Amino acid sequence: MTAVAMTVNGKPVTGDVEPRTLLVQFLREQLRLTGTHVGCDTSQCGACVVHIDGKAVKSCTTFAWQVQGANITTIEGLAEPNGPLHPMQEAFRENHALQCGYCTPGMIMSAVDIVWRKGNDLDEKTIRHELEGNICRCTGYHNIVKAIAAGAKAMGKGA
Amino acid sequence: MYEFKFHRPTTVRQAAGLLARQEEAKLLAGGHTLIPTMKLRLAGPKHIIDMSQIEGLSGIEMKGRSLVVGALTRHVEVATSPIVKENIPALAELAGLIGDPAVRHRGTIGGSVANNDPNADYPAAVLGLGATIVTNKRRIAADEFFKGLFETALEPDEIIVRFQFPKVNKAAYVKFPNPASRFALVGVFVSKRGSEIRVAVTGAGSNGVFRVTSFEEALKKRFGAKSLDGMTVPADGMSSDIHGSAEYRAHLVGVLARRAVAAATA
Repeated sequence: MTAVAMTVNGKPVTGDVEPRTLLVQFLREQLRLTGTHVGCDTSQCGACVVHIDGKAVKSCTTFAWQVQGANITTIEGLAEPNGPLHPMQEAFRENHALQCGYCTPGMIMSAVDIVWRKGNDLDEKTIRHELEGNICRCTGYHNIVKAIAAGAKAMGKGA
Repeated sequence: MYEFKFHRPTTVRQAAGLLARQEEAKLLAGGHTLIPTMKLRLAGPKHIIDMSQIEGLSGIEMKGRSLVVGALTRHVEVATSPIVKENIPALAELAGLIGDPAVRHRGTIGGSVANNDPNADYPAAVLGLGATIVTNKRRIAADEFFKGLFETALEPDEIIVRFQFPKVNKAAYVKFPNPASRFALVGVFVSKRGSEIRVAVTGAGSNGVFRVTSFEEALKKRFGAKSLDGMTVPADGMSSDIHGSAEYRAHLVGVLARRAVAAATA
């Protein structure tokens, strides 16, 4: 077992993990942050996406010890504590961009990363291309794409 | 996955020493080849040597007419680098086609090339540009580097530290990705440097990346898509799996080579 320490959603956390413990396992099983999901376990579906030092990363393909000392944000940490939903979350709600919700946390985390990299004015082609690492079985992506375009614009307004 | 011990050396020498001393040790770069393989239990190294704490292994710069890329440079860095886009844009495009945005935040060129996955993209660029692989022990030419399925010329305690890509006159990479994994079902990299023509194919061969000498000969006469009209590679030696038959892959090689040359000459 090895000790790890990192910041998760703004708070310092520590834990004891095996070398083979994946970040997604550490987040879900030890920190009880179960918003991050295990979908395919083969690095394809994106249900496990979190932010590591401001970048979208598949947490099922990362060992917990690899991100020692890093700043991790999960879906639970997107909105301000006790605050309103993050504009991207709000956009997903308004545009009915989920059905079963399994892919949704990963979609939202990836979407926020897309805005950080590509800006607030996203066309459909760009969004669909940038979502190649996120798979949804329910929705056919249509409303997800709409939500991300709306969320991107909303992220551009205000701070 | 199976259990293992991990090590976090801070120099290449330490890493090489660990590789040499430990039985069944593997290097960890971005982890986006090794970790999935370990999850499937296709690999079970007893020791993992993490490269992330070693300084000086990542970075992009021009040195004379060579583009130098550190082994631990992430795909996203190559894809968005103004230096790469200005000097070998086809390389930036290839890097931008690997996997997906989250994978590109972690995957590295060194990890991809050292692994020599037959469906990876970078081997096509390394062979297609005639790059030099610089290790902690020597310099290896691309033509000598790729030895077969998941096999390279790297010795057991040898570590790639950087790549040197020569500038070329024209180059392009065209890929037919698997819709789910985004791996290359077939990917073709073509380049022209003076009279030296290279056509490197990944994804198709059952032994990994290869050059198509018949296409290169045809393109030497005239570097245009029409020179490849009607040309194919034999299905013999192509991979066959649930994603595509050997015949389909062989067919795609011709199609994508023509598209790559058209893109390079556009």
